[in-house]
Amino acid sequence: MVQNFRQAFWNEPMVFELGNNRRRGFILPKAEETIQREIGEIDKLIPSNIRRTKPPKLPQLSEVEVVRHYTRLSQMNYGVDLGFYPLGSCTMKYNPKINEVLAELPGITMIHPYQNEETVQGILEVLYWLERWLAEITGMYEVCLQPAAGAHAEFLGALIMRAYHKLNGDETKRSELIVPDSAHGTNPASGTMAGFKIVVVPSDNEGCVDLKALKEAVSEHTAGLMLTNPNTLGIFERNIEEIAKIIHSSGGLLYYDGANLNAILGKVRPGDMGFDIVHINIHKTFGTPHGGGGPGAGPIGVSEQLAKFLPIPRIVFDGNRYRLDYNRPYSVGKIRSFYGNVAVLLKAYAYILSLGAEGLEQIAEVSVLNANYLVKKLRGIKGLTLPYDEAKPRKHECVFSAERLKKQTGISALHIAKRLLDYGFHAPTIYFPLIVKEALMIEPTESFEKETLDKFAETMRKIVKEAYENPEKLLKAPENTAVPRVDEVKASHPRTMTLSWKMYQQKLKEMRNNY
Amino acid sequence: MKEIGIKTIDELYVDVPEKYQLKRRLNLPEGRSEPEVKQYVERLLARNITCKDMPIFLGAGCWPHYVPAVVNAIIRRGELSTSYTPYQPEISQGMLQILFEYQSMICELTEMEVANCSMYDWASALGEAARMAVRVTHRNEVLIPKIIHPERKTALQTYVEPAGIIVREINYERETGQLSLQDLKEKISEKTAAVYVENPSYLGFIETNVKEIEQETHAKGALFIVGVDPTSLGVLKPPGEYGADIVVGEGQPLGNPMNYGGPLLGIFACRNDLRLVRQMPGRIIGMTTTVNGNHKAFCMALQTREQHIRREKATSNICSNESLCAVAAAVYMALLGPKGFRELSKTIMLKANYAIKMLSEIEGLRVPVFNSVHFKEFTVNFDAAGLAVNEVHRRLLKCGIHGGKNVSRDFPELGETALYCVTEVHSKDDIDRLAAALEQIVRGK
Repeated sequence: MVQNFRQAFWNEPMVFELGNNRRRGFILPKAEETIQREIGEIDKLIPSNIRRTKPPKLPQLSEVEVVRHYTRLSQMNYGVDLGFYPLGSCTMKYNPKINEVLAELPGITMIHPYQNEETVQGILEVLYWLERWLAEITGMYEVCLQPAAGAHAEFLGALIMRAYHKLNGDETKRSELIVPDSAHGTNPASGTMAGFKIVVVPSDNEGCVDLKALKEAVSEHTAGLMLTNPNTLGIFERNIEEIAKIIHSSGGLLYYDGANLNAILGKVRPGDMGFDIVHINIHKTFGTPHGGGGPGAGPIGVSEQLAKFLPIPRIVFDGNRYRLDYNRPYSVGKIRSFYGNVAVLLKAYAYILSLGAEGLEQIAEVSVLNANYLVKKLRGIKGLTLPYDEAKPRKHECVFSAERLKKQTGISALHIAKRLLDYGFHAPTIYFPLIVKEALMIEPTESFEKETLDKFAETMRKIVKEAYENPEKLLKAPENTAVPRVDEVKASHPRTMTLSWKMYQQKLKEMRNNY
Repeated sequence: MKEIGIKTIDELYVDVPEKYQLKRRLNLPEGRSEPEVKQYVERLLARNITCKDMPIFLGAGCWPHYVPAVVNAIIRRGELSTSYTPYQPEISQGMLQILFEYQSMICELTEMEVANCSMYDWASALGEAARMAVRVTHRNEVLIPKIIHPERKTALQTYVEPAGIIVREINYERETGQLSLQDLKEKISEKTAAVYVENPSYLGFIETNVKEIEQETHAKGALFIVGVDPTSLGVLKPPGEYGADIVVGEGQPLGNPMNYGGPLLGIFACRNDLRLVRQMPGRIIGMTTTVNGNHKAFCMALQTREQHIRREKATSNICSNESLCAVAAAVYMALLGPKGFRELSKTIMLKANYAIKMLSEIEGLRVPVFNSVHFKEFTVNFDAAGLAVNEVHRRLLKCGIHGGKNVSRDFPELGETALYCVTEVHSKDDIDRLAAALEQIVRGK
């Protein structure tokens, strides 16, 4: 049985179209009368050339209108709490509610980052031990919690590579960063930001890094290699020892993109495989919610020889007190204010505390089991193929191709994705990795039970059947979401592009004038 | 397992080389039940002394502000908090509309026309703005004020250094702290990609010569970048009205708690000029319609700038951002409206200036160091009292009060100076207590 689904639709106006100028949603405490008397009129205090004369055109709503507006909008949004979200490489797993409760305690929300260390020993203890635990999980020497996201950590990792080569007097020479063609888009983008030239190496016919091509790409200009293992095809880079040897013997460093860490928790550690730098996506592997795009957190782990380059400050513990150490002469500096996305990191701390070593290992096992179960259920559906060695077990995710289906019916991966929405599932990642044509990248995670996976597989089967029998239906998808197909081209076309309410008002005015 | 024909899970890991397989359990604490975890973490966090326990006069890039209950009620909703980046717009209209409204409200507040839906924080937003200015102008020097948050400056340098961008500092007037127009004129050149100022400045005073700085900047063909604390924009002229090309800032005060410094919310806005917009970093939500034209709809716009499409040629590597903080900010701005915003700015400024007045009456203190109008933060100098900031703060802490940030090391020319912050959460009583305690400390040294 496939599931029936109909997403809520409120013909909800823009917040600017609601309310009126007599309404307000929040009353602020006024400054005490004595203060008002003593200081007098604010407008007299501010020099006229810097005083605001026109109030901002913000909406004017009552409190309940605000609540209703945003609650209605929330009903037109899909999250893991509602159902299966097999967005490959994004690890959309359950986000335990207890962690949200803990992150709302005043002991975290109401402390300031510059407080005297004696007054924040509790949070420093959390952060210190989270660093130690993440170091143990990844097999690295030291971990730093500062990056706000995975890509932020990649940027930092690339900067650490530069700092390392600079210290060796190699900075100008080592200008190339190697990434496989199956890499996440952030890898080359981060490398470029850090000033590297990107060298792309192809995958072999098993979906792994092509060793021959890698050997050819490596030279005295190589700063390092960025690698995901298991890779974006869900395949473990079995030649990792050889890869590490090639990179290290050329003087380069090995960077581990932790987007796919979920599959190997407690099974195999990046540090043991020879990686010098590792980042961890807390919002993927450690169960913190993605928040519609963020906040996440991207701690970075390094080997002993690179620890001195980590950003400041470092949390140190003398066995009695925790403190922040800014005295790190080799540090690459800072990549943001303060110490990291602490509220997110606290949730990860509670997550590890709940699961322990055994629980984390089970996560890896069940997530891999689920991915392979889906491979089994989806393989053999007419029109879909599993590129690269079919017999090989997948790890956390699997990538199917709808190329054959497209040739035979005109129905593409995009159409399948949109049609899945109609059945109450989020779509997989599509058209990625780039090396698979019409890719459907499916990551079930450990959070969904067999019944859901069966239902998903059955729905896929049904959609493919529709593609052969009634492709018109699919071209019209989605129909059961809040709105049907959105015109994305219009959104980016210079003539129609509308990026704010102000721009919209200007466009309306222009149209009226022209008329 | 039966279905896929395996007997043990290990069969799924056969391709992991034997020598790398972890043959032991990870060395981590034993797993615990929910009540145990709750109790453990609660006890740990109870060891922190919060601004509920004592008045804290710290700001410097992360400020104590009240978060209305409605904000939490909305961001707690799983439909929003457990969603991913809205790659599938049809099923994500809720988040998309909220983020579009966030962008729009930031535009109203700053009087800019385009905003993205968040950067990590002010510091990284500034780093990206500097890189963007260099891409737009094809020049490679950025001028910043000497009075700037040292961490923000370090982050800026970390961001721009790999691109070969040179950061130069503009001096300030000793008496007022205001950016030195003369020094600006001397340092600005055909190489200048952008001039950056902050309003209010890091040390709390209001920068009043912004129009002159803007004219100087544009006369040389450079971009004008302005950094803001949004809580000031109820009373201070928005940067869009004095010619800013790019606006960055810290959105944490808009409905987001301090959280020991993170997550924060980087504001990033610019003028509606395609030359600029095409070079913007980060996700931008656009308003469009459905393909059949029947509904208004929203989706991510200009994705061809981004890493998942453009890879090494992207304008930025940013992927995950701070969307849920932007949702909080949207709810906050909608709750306050124009009147609430003006009141917020007014209350903060009144209270801060009351604190300035009370503290300046204490013999031995110089408050503020600069002869300029201050918004919510101000400097307190202890030189005449012959006291070191750290010593004063240690004694304040004994009275159950947390002093401001010690800035003596970052600005040695200012002597023993701390940066204090007062917002709407501080009561008159808190301020009076601070003044009384400082007086005692100065007198009793």
